[in-house]
Amino acid sequence: MRIKMNLNGKPLESDASADMVLLDFLREHECYSVKRGCETSNCGLCTVLVDDKPILSCSYPLARANGKSVTTLEGLQDEAKEFGGFMADEGAEQCGFCSPGFIMNVLAMVNEFENPTDSEILNFLSGNMCRCTGYEGQLRAIKKYLAFKGAEK
Amino acid sequence: MISIEEYKIVESLEEAYKLNQSRSNQIIGGMCWVKMQNKSVHTAIDMSNLGLDTIEEFDDCFKIGAMTTLRALETNERIMEFFGNGISESLCHIVGVQFRNCATVGASVFMRFPFSDVVTALLALDAQVQLHQKGIVSLEDFAKMPFDRDILTHIILKKQNIKMKYLSLRNSYTDFPVLAVAVSQTENGVQACVGARPQRAELVKDQGNILANGITKETAKEFAEFAANALSFGTNPRGSAEYRKHLCKVLVCRGLLALNGDDENEN
Repeated sequence: MRIKMNLNGKPLESDASADMVLLDFLREHECYSVKRGCETSNCGLCTVLVDDKPILSCSYPLARANGKSVTTLEGLQDEAKEFGGFMADEGAEQCGFCSPGFIMNVLAMVNEFENPTDSEILNFLSGNMCRCTGYEGQLRAIKKYLAFKGAEK
Repeated sequence: MISIEEYKIVESLEEAYKLNQSRSNQIIGGMCWVKMQNKSVHTAIDMSNLGLDTIEEFDDCFKIGAMTTLRALETNERIMEFFGNGISESLCHIVGVQFRNCATVGASVFMRFPFSDVVTALLALDAQVQLHQKGIVSLEDFAKMPFDRDILTHIILKKQNIKMKYLSLRNSYTDFPVLAVAVSQTENGVQACVGARPQRAELVKDQGNILANGITKETAKEFAEFAANALSFGTNPRGSAEYRKHLCKVLVCRGLLALNGDDENEN
């Protein structure tokens, strides 16, 4: 089937097989930040935005993305770098494998909530697994990042 | 993993229904569970282009399109204003926001999963389902019907004077529930719906009028006991039948007291 989409701000047209999910298509188009961590729709590593909403690209049928706008971490380098700085300052990173999906979902949360409470943050991010840390560093990083973004406005 | 030969975004319900009559074809909801089947599908039927992804409000009801995502239902403000946060509470523990932006309400209801939070909450709200061939059927009946090749198009929630509370026990925050309970007070009395037993969710009504004179600590406990004895429970790696039966008594009782605004009163 023929697929047309806007990937990270650029129009893209390509052929793909009927049972492809969005994740494999994105990796074929050099978006290597998008990873398959679990294959059971659980880990959140494959998170990308489709029309600005965070979804699991391992489960999202590619055909459904036709005509839509898809954003991966490759398309949000400035935002990722900024937030990544807060993560590093809090020592929230260990192996870093889960970071792309995690950062995508943090950026989606910031779009959806003006001033999320701790429980809103934890609820929004509960679908992002990290097997190295205890999430405490991430939570500190998010709160400092939110305060920084709030002060910028 | 599933393999698909052809992927068809259908133009009409009739087209979806015709394709769905073949056992080698399959409707794709959110694809979150479907993709994990070890199965080859000839035509995957995608209904995402039929305008079924919205929640419409009418004078007497809400109509939730089958392709509405779990997240859209969870965050719908009108639904929350009308039915309280019970529906939201039943959805917010399901995997994660990204999963709930994919998984659909229609597929969750149609599949009548033995772990379903969604069906448990909707049953307690006296929901109905609209089927392409069979028309409108109460969810209570639908939850007992065998699987067939009809198509669920909408879930209907009547606007009635109803209060509902949802409780579940999970081994971890986003895991399947060990037991899911929704209790509601409707114009016809009090009922409890218990899911994840792990069997299809089922309603227990207050036939013996245990709560006819109001919900108190004693009557709540008595009704919870009645509900636990009226239902069957099973064992799986998340918990034993005996444990679930015990949980049922505790959660139904807590739910009833919470309906009463008695949240502090834990049993």
